[in-house]
Amino acid sequence: MMARTLLAASTLSLPHVNYTAIMPELIALGGSLLLLAVAAVTPRRLPTTVYAAMTSGIGIASLVASLVLYHDVRQGGAFVAIAHSIDVDGFSVLVMTLASCVLILTPMLAAGFFEREGLGGCEYYALACISVGGAMLMGAANDLVLIFLALEVLSIPLYVMAGLDYRREGSGEAALKYFLLGAFSSAIFVYGIALVYGATGSTNLGEIAAFLAHNVLVANGVLYGGMALLIVGFGFKVAAVPFHMWTPDVYQGSPTPAVGFMASIAKVGGFAAFLRVFISTLPTLSQTWKPVLWVIVIITVLLGAIAALVQRDVKRMLAYSSINHAGFILLGLQAATAKGATGSLYYLFAYSLLILGSFGVIAVVGGRGDTGHSIERYRGLARRSPLLAGAFALLLLAQAGAPFTTGFFAKLYVVEAAVAAHSYALAAVAMVSAAIAAFFYLRVVFVMFADTRLAEAPAGDAALVQAAGAPAVSAVGASGSGVFEPAVAGGGGVLLAEAPVRLEEETATPEASATGEEIRDGAVSAWTWSGLILTVGATVVFGIWPQPLVDFAQHAHLLF
Amino acid sequence: MSVSPTWYLVLAAVLFTVGAVGLLVRRNVLVMFMCIELMLNAANLTFVTYSRALNDVGGQSAVFFVLVVAAAEVVVGLGIIVSLFRRKFGATADDAHILKG
Repeated sequence: MMARTLLAASTLSLPHVNYTAIMPELIALGGSLLLLAVAAVTPRRLPTTVYAAMTSGIGIASLVASLVLYHDVRQGGAFVAIAHSIDVDGFSVLVMTLASCVLILTPMLAAGFFEREGLGGCEYYALACISVGGAMLMGAANDLVLIFLALEVLSIPLYVMAGLDYRREGSGEAALKYFLLGAFSSAIFVYGIALVYGATGSTNLGEIAAFLAHNVLVANGVLYGGMALLIVGFGFKVAAVPFHMWTPDVYQGSPTPAVGFMASIAKVGGFAAFLRVFISTLPTLSQTWKPVLWVIVIITVLLGAIAALVQRDVKRMLAYSSINHAGFILLGLQAATAKGATGSLYYLFAYSLLILGSFGVIAVVGGRGDTGHSIERYRGLARRSPLLAGAFALLLLAQAGAPFTTGFFAKLYVVEAAVAAHSYALAAVAMVSAAIAAFFYLRVVFVMFADTRLAEAPAGDAALVQAAGAPAVSAVGASGSGVFEPAVAGGGGVLLAEAPVRLEEETATPEASATGEEIRDGAVSAWTWSGLILTVGATVVFGIWPQPLVDFAQHAHLLF
Repeated sequence: MSVSPTWYLVLAAVLFTVGAVGLLVRRNVLVMFMCIELMLNAANLTFVTYSRALNDVGGQSAVFFVLVVAAAEVVVGLGIIVSLFRRKFGATADDAHILKG
């Protein structure tokens, strides 16, 4: 029987490969090879900003390819490609677009850090490209085995990234912890795939959905077991309680730009596949998995918010806050409706940009050696560098869900989806956790702006600087909106890279006068500013005018 | 005499459990690492058994992907472990204790 099976396999013809369908992935993965090749053939080590510029360029190229694909899907409808293993639908295109945006912003927020730390080289950027390619593939994969491969392509570079700052002990420890728990979760995940395969006879998501729609399993213990293991595997990746233990340690120990990147891209990829597998492939079993996710959502939002309250380390605090966010994104998944999926996607979009920007600021404030992450270091930051503190305050308020930011609409949509699915208790608990979370976000803002107990400056001086800080914040927002609007409307990627740098120079004059001690606005690199202007700008612009992003998310129909 | 697929599935489940429990209770990083390999191979055995029982080649091809991923994980994992041990650690996970809170 075995010989016959193998013989039958050998006569199969190779599938037609539609390269446009996977162009964004190819650009991202090819980009990493390009970076490595450039680093290998240049006789002298190039400055880190060159690699950063190249990576942003690769991100822009993959963004353009994603938007082309989006246009194709809008015109010709969704389709499957490459032997039914790749889905090209509104959902996967949105994930690709989001991952491309992350790839554009990541090098901007990291270049200054690596320059300061003297950690030159192309490794971080090449790893980021690979990881982004994996995340895109997770959104597009229509086969459990491909999802597993994409998950590994996404995760393995992140393990290396966590240990990139090899001189610092915590970095190596973070890499070890992330690697051991990540590999553990991958093993659980792949065993879950094996069990689902055994129960349904296929690893293809479409075939699994069709099988489950037409058959009633008499003894479905294997299927339920497989599904439970898939939830555990995904839960580890997206840091849902009780599979979150690695998150605070890894976030605290890893180099800060790597944390921002892994916090955004791991959730993008993890939730993309999570949503596709559970909402579009296993809807027939939703009566079984919804109660499980119900419990997970409740403990995730509550533990994330409460544990963040007691942290003194800003990186650990944001780690728990990202657990809280994961709970909110799961809220949309738990609703198990198209509306819920849309809400989750919107939340992912908002969250990724917010967390990237936040860790961009933390990377600057952390100072040389990447160790100054105690909340004490933020005391009176607004006096020393009003622009930086203003940007951080805005990003934190958006994470708390303040109105006129993307964070507000993100929370609104997932809670709305939960209410529409009659999960009233869940929606209520989530809102309570948001209120708890607002407390620790506001505490950091308060420490930065109002708390000047340790500062020697006379009260009048502090008040003066605070007054100066307010227009600075609006200046960041205004310049951000000026850049981002035409760039988004026209779909022109080149604008994204060049315009912010010019604007940064314009705003550089007032900030130079407000300099103080160690961290000064003037000392922050132009790369960081452009990244911050883009993230803060997007947060404010789409917070005031959310329609384009909502439309985009609403067209993200899953294929099946 | 043929062995029923159930036995292979049970064996795989036992191997998986041994790996998972081993990872959680052992403190030697290399042993923890081997436990992960054990879990991956338990999944492989399950894949092959079902592939045989369902007379479907898909499960067997999945095994190759899992093997490749396992090899890639070994490369990265051993790299991380070696770079750590060069610094100061002995080969136990308890030596990695700076990060907590």
